[in-house]
Amino acid sequence: MSLHPSPDLSVWVAAFLTLCIFSFLYRDNPFYKFAEHLFVGVSAGYYIILNFWTVLVPNLGEPLLASFQGRGVVAARDGMFAASLGDYRGWLLIPALLGLMLFTRLFGRIGWMSRWPLAVIIGVFAGLKTTGYAQGDLVAQIEGSLQPLWTGDPATTINAIIFTVGLLTSLLFFFYSREPRGAFGVVSRIGIGFLMVGFGAGYGYTVMSRVSLLIGRFQFLLGDWLGLR
Amino acid sequence: MSPLERLARLDRRWIFLMMGILVLIPLLWPLKMEIRPTASSRTFHRAIAAIPDGATVLMSCDYDPGSIPEMVPMTRTAMRQLWEKNCKVVVTVLWPGGPGLVDKVIEDVAVADFPGKRYGVDWVNLGYKPGNEAVMVLMGQGILTAFPNDYRGNLTRSLPIMQRARTYADFPLLISISAGYPGTKEWVQQVQARFHLPMVAGVTAVSAPEFFPYVQSGQLVGLLGGMAGAAEYEKLRNESGDASRGMDAQSLAHVFVALCIVLGNLVPRRRAGS
Repeated sequence: MSLHPSPDLSVWVAAFLTLCIFSFLYRDNPFYKFAEHLFVGVSAGYYIILNFWTVLVPNLGEPLLASFQGRGVVAARDGMFAASLGDYRGWLLIPALLGLMLFTRLFGRIGWMSRWPLAVIIGVFAGLKTTGYAQGDLVAQIEGSLQPLWTGDPATTINAIIFTVGLLTSLLFFFYSREPRGAFGVVSRIGIGFLMVGFGAGYGYTVMSRVSLLIGRFQFLLGDWLGLR
Repeated sequence: MSPLERLARLDRRWIFLMMGILVLIPLLWPLKMEIRPTASSRTFHRAIAAIPDGATVLMSCDYDPGSIPEMVPMTRTAMRQLWEKNCKVVVTVLWPGGPGLVDKVIEDVAVADFPGKRYGVDWVNLGYKPGNEAVMVLMGQGILTAFPNDYRGNLTRSLPIMQRARTYADFPLLISISAGYPGTKEWVQQVQARFHLPMVAGVTAVSAPEFFPYVQSGQLVGLLGGMAGAAEYEKLRNESGDASRGMDAQSLAHVFVALCIVLGNLVPRRRAGS
């Protein structure tokens, strides 16, 4: 095994910042603070520039400019408003205005105007989320939960029975209108057992995710930076 | 003071150090533990293998640099499998921090393994667009409407690959590589359920348990969960990538965490008893 350190300056900067962040594991220190502040600043700048060039310019600025210049998508009619012909670009003035109204929060007396675009955002997302959950989760998951208990194959049959028992007992655990005593208490406790298995699996996967981040950084330090081969 | 009482007062930095050593050693000297692909990883692999050769596929890479170790190996392996079948790949990124990273990852695969693959012909990065679920629904009205320009500033309607990728109906499969919101859950809710587009997903381990019900119900044809899922996918493809190399460290770290949990549960009992 030999060292082949990277000649790339950016890799050295990334390695230095990684070590700065790792230093927090020992204790809080100026190197960690430096890396943390640098990250926050660079991220803020990056997101502003990214949103300007990939969102505002191509989706609002350029289409509006073309509309103002009378260059319609549809050759049959010049001008800004030709929705009847499939050209909606001129109408982008409305979302542009709503976007600007969000900033009125910064000016106390007209701050109420920011509620209108917020109402639009909330209304649209409430609609999208409701239909999405109804189609993707509620109906499809109930449909997926209705499965035959006897399939002919012993392994699938056992799986289906465990699944159904787990589903029903877990649901009954959340039935709070009655005190969990007697037979209902036993069912609730079985439900808790299934929930605990679920939490355990979730915890195991969470550990895997966090360890993956550590492995990723070590692979970068050993491979990309030090070039250990 | 008994060993368990001493353990109760242990400085947590010893645990960090131990974890670091356990992760470092197998990365330097691999133990080559066996990786056994699970059913959901096999179906992920099979779903891509079943795509007709030369088809155009939609792949949404919804992640940023914070989840490179889990997401990038999945992206690389999927791109290799797709390009071996000569598929064209339309890539979207609904995370603002992701487009540059995803562009580089796919470009690296092209340069290293598929030098003949050209941007705009064999793949395109449509880049980032804000709106989360709204973008997914908008794409249903037309991909070109939602993305008039790609990440590199080209007019999408001028790119050869986009001539046969106009709506969701043009794709035989949606591959979602996702690290959170917006991601696989939203693609299932807004696109799979609404447009009935067959879908597979690769997700971070922390979110994987949330998605297994979608596999059970058939909404997801296949699922890769975290680094383990990525390593299983590499194994199915007979590749040895970063995920496979990281699994020895992953296994040792899990054994150590389990040991810490056992010891941690013994310590308070001892204290309560004393």
